[in-house]
Amino acid sequence: MVAPPLSAPLDIAFDYTRSLGPVLGRFMTGLRAGRVLGSRTADGRVHVPPLEYDPVTHAPVTELVEVQSTGTVTSWTWTDRPLAGQPLDRPFGFALIRLDGADTALLHAVDAGARDRLYTGLRVRIRWAAERVGHIRDIACFEPIDGPAGALDFQKDEPVTIMTTPIRLSYTHTASADESRYLRALAEGRLLGQRCPVCRKVYVPPRVCPADGVPTEDEVPIRDHGTVTTFCVVNVPFAGQRLDPPYVVAQILLDGADIPIPHFVIGNADDVRMGMRVAAVWREPSSWTTTPENIAHFRPTGEPDAPYESFEEHL
Amino acid sequence: MRAAVLGTGQTHHRTRRTDVSMAGLCREAIDRALADAGVDWPEIDAVVLGKAPDLFEGVMMPELFLADAIGAAGRPLLRVHTAGSVGGATANVATSLVRAGVHRRVLAVAFEKQSESNAMWALSIQPPFTAPIGAGAGGYFAPHIRAYIRRSHAPGHIGALVAVKDRQNGALNPYAHLRQPDITLESVQASKMLWDPVRYDETCPSSDGACAVVIGDQAAAEASSRKVAWIRATAMRTEPTFFAGKDHVNPRAGVEAAQALWHAAGITDPLDEVDTAEIYVPFSWFEPMWLENLGFAEAGHGWKLVESGETRIGGRLPVNPSGGVLCSNPIGASGMLRFAEAAMQVMGRAGEHQVAGARTALGHAYGGGSQFFSMWVVSDIAPASV
Repeated sequence: MVAPPLSAPLDIAFDYTRSLGPVLGRFMTGLRAGRVLGSRTADGRVHVPPLEYDPVTHAPVTELVEVQSTGTVTSWTWTDRPLAGQPLDRPFGFALIRLDGADTALLHAVDAGARDRLYTGLRVRIRWAAERVGHIRDIACFEPIDGPAGALDFQKDEPVTIMTTPIRLSYTHTASADESRYLRALAEGRLLGQRCPVCRKVYVPPRVCPADGVPTEDEVPIRDHGTVTTFCVVNVPFAGQRLDPPYVVAQILLDGADIPIPHFVIGNADDVRMGMRVAAVWREPSSWTTTPENIAHFRPTGEPDAPYESFEEHL
Repeated sequence: MRAAVLGTGQTHHRTRRTDVSMAGLCREAIDRALADAGVDWPEIDAVVLGKAPDLFEGVMMPELFLADAIGAAGRPLLRVHTAGSVGGATANVATSLVRAGVHRRVLAVAFEKQSESNAMWALSIQPPFTAPIGAGAGGYFAPHIRAYIRRSHAPGHIGALVAVKDRQNGALNPYAHLRQPDITLESVQASKMLWDPVRYDETCPSSDGACAVVIGDQAAAEASSRKVAWIRATAMRTEPTFFAGKDHVNPRAGVEAAQALWHAAGITDPLDEVDTAEIYVPFSWFEPMWLENLGFAEAGHGWKLVESGETRIGGRLPVNPSGGVLCSNPIGASGMLRFAEAAMQVMGRAGEHQVAGARTALGHAYGGGSQFFSMWVVSDIAPASV
């Protein structure tokens, strides 16, 4: 039986910023003050959220007008199981809401309590966030108008020009069958290559041959010794970096392979050379898993350098 | 069918253009391009948008929310996506729409708002089952630059020579992000080593910016009251990022794209027949590398053109008179800026960085791991046949 391909989570996140420009900046500044502004286009319509450019005349929109914080549901749907990051953590409705004084509808959450209390035509009002900073989330959600309105504290600050939008992405990353075999061999301290049946090149890690478009077939054991074809000394720090600079990332052509793998070479950066012979330094076998990080780095072997001609075609 | 650049526009490129939204940034370039072309919105038949990976701004498919602002309502809109070469590819797609007779006038726009995130982070994401070896674009390309130096026996100061030239050229360009008239070989060589062998001053900046061009058919070009840049040929080629035997120094896709370009343009000796070139050089050493890849010099000899000063304004082939990517790098727009600057040269509208007598110019871009190539040749006279 063939083992299934390996999978692992990949979570990435960044707090992106949004330069708002003159129109959206005034809109966000308004939200912070508990006021909603729409943009009036040449045909007289008031758009909420505001448009920056008139879709008919293409002219920049300059006129912003205040609309009410009350409005009418024009259509809706219901979610019983809210997801992380959604406006409410209990069942709620997503609705299109036309604010009084606006000609277009805004998509937002309505805290109606139960599905049968939400309907087209329902009158709603904004429930403002407890702390408003000049962000679309200053509108916490909408609520039916029958309850008591919350108090608003108006404040005056500098205009809002930038909004932060944290974005989190969670993937399941699945390796190919070929790569999974390679990774499982790594977990046993072995390096595995595969030979393309057409061009006869040996790929490490194995993959569908990028040049011929066919799966590589014959497994070829690969020695954990190789030659540095070329390299870079990383001196620059950056967000998400896992090692402290400076460090050497080298392209290493393992003996028996036809394509180099990138990995670290430990030693004095000034001593690393194109053609330098290196050997893998494996971590403790008890720590091995399905990752190339089982090889901590490569070390110089002290052998004479490989002649340039022997790796020239791999640059 | 013939096609021509009717007008070009670009933003003032800066580290942070926090005064405008993405839409406002694009419109700054678009409005200038329309004005330069003498064309108003009703005459635009289609819009083509290019930008680099969505992770750079964290907006999936920005063409959706930008549709109104970039004038796409009621018109066809295409998004092009070929990594760093995308600005060039976007101009080529717009050209194809015109040359195929589908549209009379097409607006192409490309942008990047790098300040909304961090491209270095976005280009160094470590997927599971890999070693943490990513170090941004510099970490990717530095080993290939080292291989070029070894292969060509280029002297070590060639990269610094390019940096000095481009930054001084940028000082002549009012839109350039970096304008450094006082830069010297010594100051470049004294700058911090980032990704050995690439120094800080040999590296492109991170910029916010946009570029737009209006492409028209023959009738539109002939109706223009201003000088146009006739598009003599376009070419694009692709190859895998990695394969056994890939030549990272002189990629085959670039060689083949250039050969196809020169052939289509009827150019047999590019160095002799091209008056100026805007080449995508994000790290200074890529100037000699691409001079060879494009056929301006024999393999291994590109650095000699640089060393002899022939790529300066006033030389035999001025390269990047605008200052190039080394002075402004709004990634998604950087390729289109090369294409637009080439057009500006043959239109005689390059201002202080105008190359005297420029009648034929190359615009070039590359992207991904040296795998996407796009280029065009523009001239001040209409091609005999296309």
